[in-house]
Amino acid sequence: MLKGRHLLDPTDFSPGELDEIFDFADQIIQSPAQFNHLCDSSILATLFYEPSTRTRFSFEAAMLRLGGNVVGFAEPASSSVAKGESVADTIRTVACYADIIVMRHPKEGAPRIASQYSPVPVINAGDGGHLHPTQTLTDLLTIRSVKHQLTGLTIGCCGDLKFGRTVHSLIKATSRYPDNRFVLISPKELRVPDYVTADLAAKGIPYQEVERLDDVISDLDILYMTRVQKERFFNEDDYVRLKDVYVLDAEKMRLARQDMIVMHPLPRVGEIAYDVDSDPRAYYFKQAKFGMYVRMALISKLLGVS
Amino acid sequence: MLTITSIKNGIVIDHIRAGLGIRMFYQLGLDKADYSVALIMNAASTRLGRKDIIKIENNVDFDVTMLALIDPNVTVNVIEDEHIVRKVRPDLPDRVEDVIKCKNPRCITSVEKYVPQVFTLVNRELGQYRCQYCDEIYTVGKD
Repeated sequence: MLKGRHLLDPTDFSPGELDEIFDFADQIIQSPAQFNHLCDSSILATLFYEPSTRTRFSFEAAMLRLGGNVVGFAEPASSSVAKGESVADTIRTVACYADIIVMRHPKEGAPRIASQYSPVPVINAGDGGHLHPTQTLTDLLTIRSVKHQLTGLTIGCCGDLKFGRTVHSLIKATSRYPDNRFVLISPKELRVPDYVTADLAAKGIPYQEVERLDDVISDLDILYMTRVQKERFFNEDDYVRLKDVYVLDAEKMRLARQDMIVMHPLPRVGEIAYDVDSDPRAYYFKQAKFGMYVRMALISKLLGVS
Repeated sequence: MLTITSIKNGIVIDHIRAGLGIRMFYQLGLDKADYSVALIMNAASTRLGRKDIIKIENNVDFDVTMLALIDPNVTVNVIEDEHIVRKVRPDLPDRVEDVIKCKNPRCITSVEKYVPQVFTLVNRELGQYRCQYCDEIYTVGKD
């Protein structure tokens, strides 16, 4: 039963519950018009304490395509947050107006606090460098649609694995499916946090940490590229030194298998060259469309209207 | 040779890893004690090489599990009439609130001060706790 639940962490829902969302997303993809009035008279609040284009648009488009309405703010400066209001007070107020709340926040764990004070479902749309569970739903739906399975995959994650919340969420979610293994490609300074590898080790899931993409790209079923995020660095010099460490281009793609797919949560800056876009293995723009459909399915399920 | 007299009634916290005694001393509020207390640092130990010891000349009542959060290998000896009447090896609690402070500067608890600092035990063997909000790992005796 997903009605009334929060989504804060990609493992909040069981694989069976995720399948329920993905199956419903598949139905929406087949005939979107059939669901145009599913959320008539419902209101989604989008509280974005941090800039976002695609995640916010994706949620808003999802709700509008379901016939619902949207309220919210796209930056804290234009809200009472600028006056110093706490997360708890903001949520208790917004929950009086909205049926479901989406929150992005630069501080890690903020949506969990929101959920503790909210009588309506709260969806984590990204909290600092921590987690981004709806991007993971997008990624899983993409993988399921292209690979027709979520098991037995060699998943390579490349780039900023330290602050890359989409990577943390993806590893956490896909590590629950059998026979997946992980290749974590990053400079030493941007390795995944200890809690991520501690989880993998505790579950006995194979993973390796390497620095060179060329050495491992031919092993991968999925290459998940990420951007080095300027906004996560306290030190500008570190960002400048690390931002162009990995660039996937057509030449590197020649080393990869024909059935490997390239994914990216977007936006990209320089880590995927434009000459990769025309490669049929490049799935990052198709991912964005899956993102809207899976959010339509998620909103419907949490509101209990599907 | 440093000599510290034995205590008649009270508590001796023994086998503290060298260097952690002072942290334990402050955690227990012994710097404000109005009874006799001794913090012995870098005492010779056959098991540890060097160890710290705290002697408290008073039957104070404190939560021994909190000691485990600083060093899970300590022994708490309860002394009565100059004899050890009980030895306690504190166990790590499954959940602690407002004891460990999250060191992740990006954690929401660093700015929303009304939120309790909640950590749950995720690996007893390694003494690892995890912040409920940001998943930051705290390792007992290291952090």
